[in-house]
Amino acid sequence: MIEVDLAQSSVRELNQRLHRIGAGDNEHHWRVVNPNGAHAIAVGLTVPVNVEIRGHVGYYCAGMNAAADVVVDGHAGTGLAENIMSGSVRVRGNAAQSAAASGRGGLVVIEGDASARCGILMKGVAIVVGGAVGHMSAFMGQAGTLVVCGDAGRDLGDSIYEADIFVAGDVASLGADCVEKEVTQTDVEHVAGLLARAKIAADARRFRRYGSARRLYNFHVDRAGEY
Amino acid sequence: MCGIVGLFFKRGAATTTLGPLLAGMLSQMRERGPDSTGFALYGEAAPPGAFKATLRAPDGGYDWAALEAELANAFQVVCPARHYDSHAVFTIGSDPEPVFAWLGQHHPGLDIFGFGECIEVFKDVGLPDDVASRFDLVRRAGTHGLGHTRMATESAVTTEHSHPFSTGPDLCLVHNGSLSNHNRLRQFLRREGIRFQTDNDTEVAAGYLTWRLRQGMSLTGALEAALADLDGFYTFAVGTRDGFAILRDPIACKPAVLAETGDWVAMATEYRAIATLPGAATAEIWEPRPATVYSWHRQ
Repeated sequence: MIEVDLAQSSVRELNQRLHRIGAGDNEHHWRVVNPNGAHAIAVGLTVPVNVEIRGHVGYYCAGMNAAADVVVDGHAGTGLAENIMSGSVRVRGNAAQSAAASGRGGLVVIEGDASARCGILMKGVAIVVGGAVGHMSAFMGQAGTLVVCGDAGRDLGDSIYEADIFVAGDVASLGADCVEKEVTQTDVEHVAGLLARAKIAADARRFRRYGSARRLYNFHVDRAGEY
Repeated sequence: MCGIVGLFFKRGAATTTLGPLLAGMLSQMRERGPDSTGFALYGEAAPPGAFKATLRAPDGGYDWAALEAELANAFQVVCPARHYDSHAVFTIGSDPEPVFAWLGQHHPGLDIFGFGECIEVFKDVGLPDDVASRFDLVRRAGTHGLGHTRMATESAVTTEHSHPFSTGPDLCLVHNGSLSNHNRLRQFLRREGIRFQTDNDTEVAAGYLTWRLRQGMSLTGALEAALADLDGFYTFAVGTRDGFAILRDPIACKPAVLAETGDWVAMATEYRAIATLPGAATAEIWEPRPATVYSWHRQ
């Protein structure tokens, strides 16, 4: 276990140390203390290390994460795990707006509530929220899965392309072109699998599914030759 | 940009821990607002029948002692005036209106930045650490306080255009964002008797709340009405004599984070300002929802 105290060391020094880890190195477990809301902690990781951050973080924590597993034992500010590629990012408290924005892969777990625009422009990431999400979550989502164990704010899935949204609580309103869809046994198994990976206890059969009605598309694949 | 901070002790008398904590919070918001800094403190109450006024002289080296002597001739000056650089706090045994009329007649160059039973308002161009030290913030007491670091987008960078804006007794407002219907609303509020000192949009929001409170609305009611009447982007933090409130616009354009313990409530644009407070690590922390009024009153 390597411990980095951000009261003593800068975020830039921490991130440079994390970026220098080689594939064969043995520095797998890191603990970061005294984050004190600093921005851009543990961004751009590309190797499979575990980073545990003890405390509350600022904006863009674990952005662009690939392969690493990052845990925030506190609250996360705006843009948590933005553009995550793979690996996992877990927040034990609440997350501010735009969590997992434009994420392409990996798993983002928010044990508390996520604010507005959670999963905005998601492109393949799996997001599991233990509490509620704010308005316009999964806005323009293209691929991936958003699982919300609590309620969802207004305009859920506005202008969504192809991502899947599962909500166990109430949905304030659906956004443009977002509709409720049938839940199949495959969906239930998919949600159950994500909840298990997220280590969040919830009954996968309680979730309702929402997705795109595909009425806003200007591009239709059957006519690809005409464009 | 802009940075907002607020710290509200839920109970107890004015404490000298407020000043240094508010200074620490403001310091963390310097990158968000390098143009100007301001803060409002709710300190010891003026004696019954008296009020406090924070005056500001635009020119350096103002003779505050001479003004105090003149004021003592015309009215009753209850406590010795306190001077901090270009600002001074007077406690006067009178209704505010005759004093303001007298000041307007005899000292038209002075700005009245705040008045009421408890409020003191200080603001100036400059970085938060410099402005805090200019007004000796670390040695100042209070029950609650609000602060603002400004990156100007809407009106000029001057002391008068700095936040907080106080347009009525013990009310002040700090704002991150910009309002788009402030000109017409200012005209309406002027007709309703609200005074404005600048062309700033935030001052109109403060004036709007003063107008609503004067109608007998609660602070929460006034802010809920503001949701319908103010157009634009905003995160507001509002202070009253014994209250503290937060409101964000319906699409939550501007950031905000709230933290609460058994002893205090704190609000900031970014958590790093709250991280400096004792007990922050174990406080309940969340992002306030859009179009939702959060308010606290002292017990």
